Amino acid sequence: MKPLLLLDNVTVQFGGLKAVSDVTFHLCERELFGLIGPNGAGKTTIFNAITGVYQPAEGRITFDGQSVTGRRPYAITARGIARTFQNIRLFGSMSVFDNVRCACNMHLSHGISHALWRGKGVVTEEREIEGQVMELLGIFGLAAERDWPCRNLPYGDQRRLEIVRALATRPKLLLLDEPAAGMNPTEKVELMKLIRFVQEKFGLAVLLVEHDMKVVMGICERIAVLDYGQKIGEGTPMEIQRNPKVIAAYLGQEAEHA
Amino acid sequence: MFERTKISLVISVILFAVASWALGHFHVPDSAGKMVTIIEAYAYYYDILIGIGIAIILASSLNLVNGHTGQFSLGHAGFMGLGAYFASMVTLGVQLPLVPYPVFAGAPVWLAALKGIGWALALAVNSLLSLLNTWVGAAHELPHPVQFVAALFVGGLAAALAGLLVGVPSLRLKGDYLAIVTLGFNEIIRVVIQNAEPLGAQRGLGGMPLATNVFWTFSTAALTIYVVWNLVNSTYGRGFVAVRDDEIAAEAMGINTTKYKVLAFATAAFFAGLAGGLYAHFKQFVTPDGFGFMKSVDIVVMVILGGMGSTVGVCVAAALLTILPEMLRLLPQWIEKGGTAALHHLGWLPGNFVVKLPPRIVDLLQNRMILYSLLLIALMLLRPQGLFVGWGRKVVRK
Repeated sequence: MKPLLLLDNVTVQFGGLKAVSDVTFHLCERELFGLIGPNGAGKTTIFNAITGVYQPAEGRITFDGQSVTGRRPYAITARGIARTFQNIRLFGSMSVFDNVRCACNMHLSHGISHALWRGKGVVTEEREIEGQVMELLGIFGLAAERDWPCRNLPYGDQRRLEIVRALATRPKLLLLDEPAAGMNPTEKVELMKLIRFVQEKFGLAVLLVEHDMKVVMGICERIAVLDYGQKIGEGTPMEIQRNPKVIAAYLGQEAEHA
Repeated sequence: MFERTKISLVISVILFAVASWALGHFHVPDSAGKMVTIIEAYAYYYDILIGIGIAIILASSLNLVNGHTGQFSLGHAGFMGLGAYFASMVTLGVQLPLVPYPVFAGAPVWLAALKGIGWALALAVNSLLSLLNTWVGAAHELPHPVQFVAALFVGGLAAALAGLLVGVPSLRLKGDYLAIVTLGFNEIIRVVIQNAEPLGAQRGLGGMPLATNVFWTFSTAALTIYVVWNLVNSTYGRGFVAVRDDEIAAEAMGINTTKYKVLAFATAAFFAGLAGGLYAHFKQFVTPDGFGFMKSVDIVVMVILGGMGSTVGVCVAAALLTILPEMLRLLPQWIEKGGTAALHHLGWLPGNFVVKLPPRIVDLLQNRMILYSLLLIALMLLRPQGLFVGWGRKVVRK
């Protein structure tokens, strides 16, 4: 399979601290890949490096055959990488519909002059966008809440709305940053179904950062494990579960504290 | 084909044209019984009316930056001042003096380059102005509408350029820091004008033709509202609000936040420039002090009081805050007159007695700016979210 995302010896540094050092892994098309590790291992930092929030000090990130190292976040999103956030970052003052509509922004064929003149083309395009947004909201069962302020949605729905919003950018790769955080076991099962469904329906590759082992082991095809900014293991869930380094990083710690 | 907002814009412009014509052509008797135009008969109220129009332009354009895009700008009056002075330069024919910029031998390359650029800019502005002046014709006459529009446009463009100039470097700044930078920029503009001898320096610049009327003022106001409204409610323009709500998320959704911020700054500055041009050609006299920090604060207060991001609220607040200080001027008279009428009506006041406030109370009430400030404090305490939040924020479908 063709690699879609390739991280090549990526190092992210904050002053003297190496939050991530020399991490290398790749993601294939339509693959469900998990990134796990104890607290502070550098999972979210890698996310932020991929999406351009942080600039890697060393190494290269290649997406779909082109280097995205050092590009601005919006440009990387335009290439086809969309993400959700660990702590929900919806556009708080907007309705559910507008939140998703925002993400269609970069696919607009018209610029400012058209937005001002509001000719026939713009009105048609706005209708098309409305259709696309409503279709997406319909798939995820949020169509009835289209005019709700997004803050009024229950927590689980807000998480789902974030995924819908990310999908509206029409990505090839979806990055999910701890989507199960704060969910109860039933919601987690729902979430696993949802992630699999999204991956199949939209033909996406998914990179999942998660604490919850059940979720990660349950849906990921391959997993990479980080500890103190370094990759200590990579493989299928079964391989990871047997990897002595991984067991040391997780269980060894717990044994000391216990 | 014709879309709702466009129709409203056209209709309102036609209405303002008719109103403007009527105000200047219908005659009414003045206090001495002489027949004069409505404008002459009610000059004071006409002054307030134009003031309201200009305030609406300023406040609703600043609303794009402060309200919708969430960038706290505190230098709107600076852009207004630029617009006022540039538009006046066009109609007055004041030219920038073409100071020779000697390129010293041995000076660093960047300094020489900077001087060269400065010289080229001065030359460009000068030729543009002289070109416009030959076209505009003799100053001090009522300009042709096209000439007036050209003058306003030059003012608006100058302000928009300055908006770009201040927008680009301050993009990394947020909140208070950005406010301080824009405030500094406002002061720079004021001080530069204060020291520009060809622009009358501290003495001010006068003698502009009286070209501003209800039509120009309120058509520009309608255009401002149209532009801001359509920008913000289109899918394209939701980007402004996305920048305000969450910059990181906006970037992650493919929105170029830098572009949106600069665009908001430049657009708002353009309309502030137009407002400045209109102001200069109404008062026919401008001073640099009129475009200082306090004026900027006035505009920011309108935006905050109207409710950040609420178009209707900001327009109402702009009108209210223009009328209020004038109304307070008449407060003692109103209390006396109204009190007399009310008490007579109730039969509590015999014969031809009238209510007369003690001079001390009248003195107190005459401190209208204190009352004005108290009213502002009260309004902020009672409605901190703004007068009309929720209005004009509905999602436009279609």
